[in-house]
Amino acid sequence: MSGNSYLPRKLHSLLGVIPLGLFFIEHALTNYAAFEGGQQGFVDAVHGIHKLPLVFFLELFIIWLPILFHGVYGLYIAYQSNYNTGRFSYGRNWAFALQRITGVITFIFVFWHVWNTRVQVALGNTTYEELGNHMNGIVSNPVYFVIYFIAVIAAVFHFSNGLWAFLVSWGITVGPRAQRISSNICMGIFVIVSVLFLLSLFAFRSDEFASAAAAFSPVMFG
Amino acid sequence: MAETATKQRTVKFIITRRERPEAAPYTEEFEIPYRPNMNVISALMEIQRNPVKADGAKTTPVVWESNCLEEVCGACSMVINGKPRQACSALVDKLEQPIRLEPMSTFPVVRDLVINRERMFQALKKVKAWIPIDGTYDLGPGPRMAESKRQWAYELSKCMTCGVCLEACPNVNDRNSFIGPAAISQVRLFNAHPTGEMNAHERLEALMDEGGIEGCGNSQNCVRSCPKGIPLTTSIAAINKDTTKHLFKKWLGM
Repeated sequence: MSGNSYLPRKLHSLLGVIPLGLFFIEHALTNYAAFEGGQQGFVDAVHGIHKLPLVFFLELFIIWLPILFHGVYGLYIAYQSNYNTGRFSYGRNWAFALQRITGVITFIFVFWHVWNTRVQVALGNTTYEELGNHMNGIVSNPVYFVIYFIAVIAAVFHFSNGLWAFLVSWGITVGPRAQRISSNICMGIFVIVSVLFLLSLFAFRSDEFASAAAAFSPVMFG
Repeated sequence: MAETATKQRTVKFIITRRERPEAAPYTEEFEIPYRPNMNVISALMEIQRNPVKADGAKTTPVVWESNCLEEVCGACSMVINGKPRQACSALVDKLEQPIRLEPMSTFPVVRDLVINRERMFQALKKVKAWIPIDGTYDLGPGPRMAESKRQWAYELSKCMTCGVCLEACPNVNDRNSFIGPAAISQVRLFNAHPTGEMNAHERLEALMDEGGIEGCGNSQNCVRSCPKGIPLTTSIAAINKDTTKHLFKKWLGM
């Protein structure tokens, strides 16, 4: 490789937390509204987000462009690494390997997930009001539910462990004690955010969201 | 006196060998007589004296490098039972048998267990891991170093450029330009020195260039593997902090 990869690596690390990590937390909370507030709560939460001014540009600069760079450059980072957990089966080395594996899973999942949610709204196949029912249609399929289940846990791990690595890469947690404490906090975040997403996944499977779902079948790849 | 026919205790070795840098590696088994307090080097010396494989066939002596024999020079680093370490401090009594010896193949293998660690010495040159005091006149004594600082800096100075941290690192490979943990820790050492500090920015900038600190993926195998117990991950994080500060200072023109 020619050129200097110092800045792209730093940018990759930064974008993973700001803005993508913040959006990820926001996404978890919006979905959680489906568990806490049911159908109406979820519709209100989605509306709250999409009523923001200049929402197209917010999506473009806070989500789409950062995720494109983070994802594509992340694949390159995963390609640049060896995997030696067989010889060095330490916790952090496992986290290193899993960070790359979950990154690739998340990359593929996000494409599919954006295709069958946001893109379907853009194509006019569903609306923001019907998104909950649309999700019900997807996660009622056991295969898609399992894919969502695994991918959500992978994405949350990637975010939480990435946050730990961000703190090291930017020189915020320097000593072993700081890194151990931040590791515990990040694993706490992993559990909490996973629970938020999984509760919403189960909420989308409930009858409440099924009511209107029968009216249409979800659009999938192919 | 009747000789009691007890079987001679032996030690079994499986050694990964190759004849030339580009030749294909192969393994050979050796069974050598056990002596108390053997280390891997003395076993290799025994093979050198009597280069006969376990099946009785003659072979060429196994080639290795060693020097100080007290774990301060780093020359005899190799992969012993899957872990990179020094052969001189690897005691046969404490190793599981058969003992497997392999070269640290992160580096170019010259022959058998001999590797070329040149990339590490190039890295030290790149980051200017020295203190420039040469001149045309006596510069006088430098500033003093605080004792509290000297104590942790001394730990960093124990690095013997042995290459174990690079062998353990999943990001030191030919697809990745990562400089490796050792040189980063040396930057921290020389930047901590009161005279070395005067050129701190040069070392930081070398690490912010291609083939610098950016490739660290925080697997932390280095700190778990270092035979001298050097806090390599603390050094990397500390230099991450310094390079980040340096980056913003440069942007802001400070």
